[in-house]
Amino acid sequence: MAGPVLEMRSIVKTFPGVKALSDVTLTVRPGEVHAICGENGAGKSTLMKVLSGVHPHGTYEGEILFEGDVCRFKDIRASEQRGIVIIHQELALVPYLSIAENIFLGNEQATRGVISWNETLRRASELMRRVGLDEHPQTRVADIGVGKQQLVEIAKALSKEVRLLVLDEPTAALNDEDSAKLLDLILELKEQGITAIIISHKLNEIRRVADSVTILRDGRTIETLDVKAAGTTEDRIISGMIGRDLDHRFPDRTPHEPEAGSAPALEIRNWTVHHPIDQQRKVVDDVSVNVRRGEIVGIAGLMGAGRTELAMSVFGRAYGRHAGGTVLKDGTEIRTRTVADAVAHGIAYVTEDRKHYGLNLIDTINRNISLSALGKVARRGVVDEHEERRVSEGFRKTMNIKAPTVFEPVGKLSGGNQQKVVLSKWIFTGPDVLILDEPTRGIDVGAKYEIYTVIDKLAAEGKAVLFISSELPELLGMCDRIYTMAAGRLTGEFQRGEATQDALMRQMTKDKEVTR
Amino acid sequence: MSTDVTAPNPAPAPPGGSGKAGADGLARLMLDGLRRNMRQYGMLIALGVIVALFAVWTSGDLLLPRNVSNLVLQNSYILILAIGMMIVIIAGHIDLSVGSITAFVGGVAAVLMVEHDIPWPLAVLLCLAIGAAAGAAQGFLIAYAGMPSFIVTLAGMLVFRGLTEVFLKGQTLGPFPEGLQKVANGFLPEVGPDTNYHNLTLLLGLVLVAAVIWQEVRDRRRQQEYSLEVPPAKLFAVKLAALTAAVLVFTLLLASYKGAPVVLLILAALLVGFGYLMRNAVVGRHVYAIGGNLPAAKLSGVKDKKVTFLVFLNMGMLAALAGLVFAARFNAASPKAGLNFELEAIAASFIGGASMSGGVGTVLGAIIGGLVLGVLNNGMNLVGIGTDWQQVIKGLVLLAAVGFDVWNKRKVGS
Repeated sequence: MAGPVLEMRSIVKTFPGVKALSDVTLTVRPGEVHAICGENGAGKSTLMKVLSGVHPHGTYEGEILFEGDVCRFKDIRASEQRGIVIIHQELALVPYLSIAENIFLGNEQATRGVISWNETLRRASELMRRVGLDEHPQTRVADIGVGKQQLVEIAKALSKEVRLLVLDEPTAALNDEDSAKLLDLILELKEQGITAIIISHKLNEIRRVADSVTILRDGRTIETLDVKAAGTTEDRIISGMIGRDLDHRFPDRTPHEPEAGSAPALEIRNWTVHHPIDQQRKVVDDVSVNVRRGEIVGIAGLMGAGRTELAMSVFGRAYGRHAGGTVLKDGTEIRTRTVADAVAHGIAYVTEDRKHYGLNLIDTINRNISLSALGKVARRGVVDEHEERRVSEGFRKTMNIKAPTVFEPVGKLSGGNQQKVVLSKWIFTGPDVLILDEPTRGIDVGAKYEIYTVIDKLAAEGKAVLFISSELPELLGMCDRIYTMAAGRLTGEFQRGEATQDALMRQMTKDKEVTR
Repeated sequence: MSTDVTAPNPAPAPPGGSGKAGADGLARLMLDGLRRNMRQYGMLIALGVIVALFAVWTSGDLLLPRNVSNLVLQNSYILILAIGMMIVIIAGHIDLSVGSITAFVGGVAAVLMVEHDIPWPLAVLLCLAIGAAAGAAQGFLIAYAGMPSFIVTLAGMLVFRGLTEVFLKGQTLGPFPEGLQKVANGFLPEVGPDTNYHNLTLLLGLVLVAAVIWQEVRDRRRQQEYSLEVPPAKLFAVKLAALTAAVLVFTLLLASYKGAPVVLLILAALLVGFGYLMRNAVVGRHVYAIGGNLPAAKLSGVKDKKVTFLVFLNMGMLAALAGLVFAARFNAASPKAGLNFELEAIAASFIGGASMSGGVGTVLGAIIGGLVLGVLNNGMNLVGIGTDWQQVIKGLVLLAAVGFDVWNKRKVGS
């Protein structure tokens, strides 16, 4: 078979209100390792969900050809039967079952409903040898590290006679050694004739294992490059990922001149945080950042860079195990051991995951807005509902929250309006420092502009804003200064004038050994 | 996403609209208000339907003054438990131990008052403290040690049931001092001239009507002061009229028998107090927040552990109160007291609008749910349905109530 093993032609996938994929074409040759890269939200994961039948045939436009046949997968099972197996970023293993049981989960080695344990163990050992997993097959998955769990997933894929293996950011949660092993394994499997698609934004990884790379941006295929060709440099890939269309999507911002001499509103010094479970792993490694009043400071980084973990661990130790570092507010050290401490010191954290960490979706707009500062609308422990309603009506108007009344449950609102509720909630606490974590994630362009305007206004009022984002255009459009993070470390700091997308992306995709 | 968020409802007529709208417009307004508050009014309507059904079925016996009075007395302890249980469920937990704590406190009360002759007011205080301590112990394990409430209170259910047997040595113990009996079983004292009605109860009813009207009017005026939108005047008037009528009818029913039972006043105080606490107090808000989305509540600075602890402490205290009322009503403490009370209280909460995942429900809802069960019990007894079928029917009502809720929620869209 000389033709491509997989062809996805003009795929269009629309979600209510958002066009996730507007025109994607992907061609994978047999026996190659094909990388897909692009910024967060470029459509990589959606594309793979279309391929695997998570978004079944009929919910998208375009066609998929696998080994020459047109495929219309109605669910994941159908695509797996054709030999297309996806390994997601969040592993789909049952922690309290053994390795062998996990490998054959849903595909048990059984005759007439009765599992043959001998056969299960024999075949599991065989598969484990193939992926280089040196454990007893009856070990519980919960007892082995993430790297080995990844191998279990691959063994599971191999057990299903995989013909096309898709790995979604396989090394995002791994340390260097495990990453290297995994990449070797992908090359080995390639030797055995297994075609692989690897989603990654680590450029050094792509250069090491991939034969070709397809770049997605804003739901479109930008180009497919031959990795081994002379012209394919990291710069080339980066420029493909970020594009050149930086138009007027931001409010006109007069850059802030920090008052010289005064201490920063918030300063984080030598902050180190360990992973809550895997305590050997440093998720945030010796990071020092600061932000002054009236300043908007960006933190750029890709998924897994440790930005959210940095913010949440500073905000009342809400993440991980703190291992060192201090927080200074206006030049004096403060304790932020609990969220209540942090709020009392005038720090607000607007989460990237508003549904899980930001809002009580079943409760109303007014009650969500007042939750973090109930004391402000209460006297002697009793909430003044009229005052609360007046305050939240005020936010509904100034923030332009589109809802008929403030008694609407926030779960009914669109993403943009939910985000405005979260912002209102934290603005109502009257903070000096706002940490905004991906404040425009998953919301439409119009609402984004409104949120940028709010952020700009906050800074103009003299508040210090830390702006975490993986969308470079918005950081460049909004920030006075930008830090970059990669793999838990600070990798650079740019003033407004000197930051460019290329320079930022270079620092964001830097791996540890290169940095120091 | 639902369409009714943005789509303007056709119904709301301009406030104080033209006379042409008339009765038709008013009915539409009411229907509209009803539809928007389906959750709150659904169970109230169900209660009304059940009452009407049994009133007809028993040819009016259900609504005889004596029976209404009995209904209150019979269900008082379940209603007390349901208030606490609703709060526990709103916080996202469950408490299986309340039936056993009810029995345990009843036993302790009997030992204190019958065997040791401790004055009953002091013994009552001691018992409430013991209940609170039992709740606090469980609350500590749940909130601070992080054990699941289902397990902790299942253990509590066994422990306190067993301890009751130990305390009472397997016997029933009584009788209780007269003072306490009067509280649990008695009625307000007779005063004034003979009017064929119980005067004090009538007076209380009128005071209550005045209080309700005053409260509603003040609320409305304050909303206007804050230049907030208020429901149209006509709708407001209808609401006031309905409330007044309901209170007066109930008052007359009680007043034409022996008057208001004392426990009714206790219940009313609990309903108003905890209703206010859950609706208006900061700590009440925090209960809703941790039940609705615990991670978000934590990240908002809510002291989730302390709140959970207090919720269980409170439940223990209410269980103790229920135990006292129950023991005094039957004038004896029994090791078998309070069997399945926890299940009745849980059922009352879910019928009254609680959600398994927490964050939803009102104290008034718990009372309504408890009354639905109580009226069902009482009505089925009156028409002579055996306890076997009573259980089947109560089970089906619980299913129907929660099923309706699930269906209603799905219809609204989530």
